[in-house]
Amino acid sequence: MSPDNLVELEHVSFAYERARPVLSGVTLRIPRGKVVAIMGGSGSGKTTILRLIGGALRATGGEVRVFGSSMKRIGAAELYRLRRRMGMLFQFGALFTDLSVFENVAFPMRERTGLPDELIRPLVLMKLQAVGLRGAAALMPQQLSGGMARRVALARAIALDPDLMMYDEPFTGLDPISLGVIGQLIRRLNDALGASSIVVTHDVHESLEIVDYVYFISDGRVVAEGAPDEVRRSTMPFVHQFVHAEADGPVPFHYPAPDYRSELVAAR
Amino acid sequence: MMARGLLDLLAALGARVNGAVVRLGFASRFFLAVLAGSGTSLRRLPLTIREIYFAGVLSLVIIVVSALFVGMVLGLQGYDTLVRYGSAEALGTLVALSLTRELGPVLAALLFASRAGSAITAEIGLMKTTEQLSAMEMMAVDPIARIVGPRFWGGVISMPLLAAIFTLVGIFGGYLIGVVLIGLDPGSFWSQMQGSVELREDIVNGLIKAFVFGVAVTLIAVFEGYDAVPTAEGVSRATTRTVVTSALAILALDFVLTAFMFRGV
Repeated sequence: MSPDNLVELEHVSFAYERARPVLSGVTLRIPRGKVVAIMGGSGSGKTTILRLIGGALRATGGEVRVFGSSMKRIGAAELYRLRRRMGMLFQFGALFTDLSVFENVAFPMRERTGLPDELIRPLVLMKLQAVGLRGAAALMPQQLSGGMARRVALARAIALDPDLMMYDEPFTGLDPISLGVIGQLIRRLNDALGASSIVVTHDVHESLEIVDYVYFISDGRVVAEGAPDEVRRSTMPFVHQFVHAEADGPVPFHYPAPDYRSELVAAR
Repeated sequence: MMARGLLDLLAALGARVNGAVVRLGFASRFFLAVLAGSGTSLRRLPLTIREIYFAGVLSLVIIVVSALFVGMVLGLQGYDTLVRYGSAEALGTLVALSLTRELGPVLAALLFASRAGSAITAEIGLMKTTEQLSAMEMMAVDPIARIVGPRFWGGVISMPLLAAIFTLVGIFGGYLIGVVLIGLDPGSFWSQMQGSVELREDIVNGLIKAFVFGVAVTLIAVFEGYDAVPTAEGVSRATTRTVVTSALAILALDFVLTAFMFRGV
């Protein structure tokens, strides 16, 4: 493994059932200090990649290496040691609904470090300040808008200054302003923390603005990759369809089905 | 054609049995994991005390009100029967023995399952649905130790206390009917009771029952929540299963425990 790569996937395959592979032969790298996007349609297997890197799933073939450790036969203790260096932003934030904003951000610090309250307090306020929500510290998660909840979850994910940040669909369901805010935060926090980031998304324009490299996943394979400028100029049909949001193309509009006419006739 | 149908039936039966055995095995491993992760619940008492509050203290209203009515009904029915044999003064004994041995632990456990057990299942199931458990795992915090353990011990500690309170309030309900309403002699009511209720035979056995029910109900509740299908429908099914399975488990365990405890008496 090259020391410049924080994460490497080598010909990784994964399937819940043998007959329907989710990933087949995915190879990709996350270089140190970079923000890398993994793009693809819904159900293309991109979230599965995050789960493999986080150790929630085990690859059925190939090799996943994170911080230089192979995830193949990793034990629970070692996995938890690796996870202390990771932060993950879940699609809808996954805030603990019984804890206030402050306590949510303090949670990883209280659980993972033996720091006293006098130290945790300023640390939490600093993380909240970074996402612009220091004033919301006393609120409960139910009182937050979707965009605010996502920012609190982001503050919680960076609570222990992770080396690797993972974002699962960070832009989904946000208004244009929140969308821009989250995008800028992903970039700024990555550079300020000296971390590396993986952004799993299908929001093309928002992510092309902030990332260094893009992998396109379709049907569990990497079908294209490149820097944002290359992607924008790409004439590859799949990339073109995706970037320009065309309804039909290599990715068909219709889910596979028997012939329309004969099915309608048969239904009578 | 017949043989084919029969084979299908056998296959379906086999699949169901197989599924049930696999789930039972998973539940047993889960139980061991909860016990192994109990250090957190003991080291960080505030977490467990919070759950004792939610499962135990908040169940007090339904426990006390039900116990009062059960005790009063026991008083009415017991008096009605006893007076035919001219032994109405044994009412205290009847009320106290039926509550300490059976009704206290069993009814408290049934109420506990529907009030606290269902709440525990729904809470853990929703935490799973909203990815809170996954988020915790990604923070290198074990949800079984942090979330399940305190809820399990909170329930196990609360249950015998709730059963004891149920029994006490029930006896008071019997007293209200027997002595205050009907006018039995309070001295004979209490002294007959005192003379016939044994500490080891009746009270301790009742508490042992309550403890066993507490372990069963809380384990079912946390397991169903943790194992729930992470959708709205999945959580609602899991909550229902908690109440149904708990009720059956309580009644079955009660029969087994009673057979062991009181067969010679």
